[in-house]
Amino acid sequence: MITSTAELQELASKKREDNEKNPREISPERSTPFYTKQRRIVLENEGLIDPDDIEDYIAHGGYMSLFKALDEMSPKEVIEEVKISALRGRGGGGYPTGLKWESVSKVQSLQKYIICNGDEGDPGAFMDRAVMESDPHRVLEGMAIAGYACGANKGYIYVRAEYPIAVEKLNRAIKQATKLGILGENIAHSGFNFTVEIRLGAGAFVCGEATALIASIEGNRGHPRQKPPHLSDHGLWGQPTVLNNVETLANITPIIKNGGAWFKAIGTESSSGTKVFALTGHIKNTGLVEVPMGTTLRELIFDIGGGATEGRKFKAIQSGGPSGGCIPEHLLDLQIDYESLKSAGSIMGSGGLIVIDDSSNMVEIARFFMDFCRSESCGKCTPCRVGTTELTLLLDKFIKKEATKKDFELLKEMCNMVKSTSLCGLGQTAPNPVLSTIRYFEDEYLAGIDTKCH
Amino acid sequence: MNISADDRYNTLEKSMKKLSYEKNALIEVLHSAQEIFGYLGIDTLKYIAKRLKLPYSKVYGVVTFYNYFRLKPKGRHNVVVCLGTACYIKGSEKILEKIEKRFGIKAGETTSDEALSLLTARCFGSCSLAPVIVCDEQIKGKVSLENPLCDIEEMIK
Repeated sequence: MITSTAELQELASKKREDNEKNPREISPERSTPFYTKQRRIVLENEGLIDPDDIEDYIAHGGYMSLFKALDEMSPKEVIEEVKISALRGRGGGGYPTGLKWESVSKVQSLQKYIICNGDEGDPGAFMDRAVMESDPHRVLEGMAIAGYACGANKGYIYVRAEYPIAVEKLNRAIKQATKLGILGENIAHSGFNFTVEIRLGAGAFVCGEATALIASIEGNRGHPRQKPPHLSDHGLWGQPTVLNNVETLANITPIIKNGGAWFKAIGTESSSGTKVFALTGHIKNTGLVEVPMGTTLRELIFDIGGGATEGRKFKAIQSGGPSGGCIPEHLLDLQIDYESLKSAGSIMGSGGLIVIDDSSNMVEIARFFMDFCRSESCGKCTPCRVGTTELTLLLDKFIKKEATKKDFELLKEMCNMVKSTSLCGLGQTAPNPVLSTIRYFEDEYLAGIDTKCH
Repeated sequence: MNISADDRYNTLEKSMKKLSYEKNALIEVLHSAQEIFGYLGIDTLKYIAKRLKLPYSKVYGVVTFYNYFRLKPKGRHNVVVCLGTACYIKGSEKILEKIEKRFGIKAGETTSDEALSLLTARCFGSCSLAPVIVCDEQIKGKVSLENPLCDIEEMIK
């Protein structure tokens, strides 16, 4: 059992000595530009520690932030530090984490919950998977600190069932932390209790939406509901709840360790810190890339990613998955942050970046995403249920080159209707891939209009 | 069917007991049931409904909402084709077509000799390896578009 910072430090130095005796081999790939041009905070331990061994995490400074918070800081001070860091939600919404925590901490309630959203449902994104599999204790530590700050003593991690290794690693991590007394009752004699349970998702994209996720944890169909009431007042089982994405929580440990000001200094004025992206598609180097906010898309795709696949030409980059949009080549010098991606017609999203080369038709890509939203629509509200189906059928007409000019007007009109009248984020963002491809690749839509018969 | 004689129901009973027969642990119970039986048959669902004191309609409603749950048994082997964005861009639909043609089944179906089930998935988070198929829980990355069948033939041999 570890009950004090001194004991934690003792265990850490003992393990470090062991590690020095049997040094771990570091892959020579780590010295290539793909790695050296990154700045790793969230992924700092990825591939460097043994995720199955809590002692290895502790040897790398793990759980020191939790003990620091419990020993030296009041819950209010923890929230203040997170507010200073200006950390924003990494699941895509970009809501300031400190404010979220503050509103839950202010609510009087005997029971509050911390939920970690590990339902990375956006196809083409695997940042959270990497964090949960390679550094599971970091997620637990972030959750425990959030629990302490908000006055919650129970945490749930909602993980996709498609990620069996993540589930296994997290389960083992919870067991190990509980055995050492780092999770459980009266952690480090502070009087603070915190336990964590895993809940499995079952393959529903809409469950990434906060209220749908909660419905799913409660054992129901994943239907979202109208907000307000917000989760800070009425979350899991009607109690005040903080819901944070895996990557958001993975940023907490370094913020408490190094201070909010340190974190604020990284990135841009409006978006601090780093962001992990999953680079995939028609690109030479695929994989996870962590860079400071404000890095340009060009640096990301060409300097780190090595550019489009051999012999092909870069055409666009898709960010934000089915809720995002396509950004064309002439905007590649755009600095990545929440606002600039939004102004370009896309969103930050959870961090999937898919490179599309000149062999792809943008209308077909838009249809792919619309069909995805159609099949993942939960069916609760009409604009999304019917709208996504109608939009898929309309896009089919463009692909078959049977559309009319009127169809093009209807397409745009219906996109705006679905966007402005759907109940939750899924429907509100489903038209984004269509709208952004119309904005930058209108000619490909016009090519689908049959001019002969109309 | 005599439920009390079927050992698998004892295993299911144990996992429900572990979750203290909580109604809100329905999805967890369904996950264990699918692991035990390989799929969620109507009898199993009715049994779960009775034990958790939930209406059968509610249990059925939850099962059919989520993609992960199966109402039909799987074949002896299964292959899952990823249709996530990265795999789509790299031609996963062509892979699916070739498999469908070779075995004469559509996605979601099982061959008549119950040797192979063909499934699709949204994303395995193995996008760096796109296009990806999963043969009996083993991820196969960078699948060739020309010849995507060799791993499957190997598996069912």
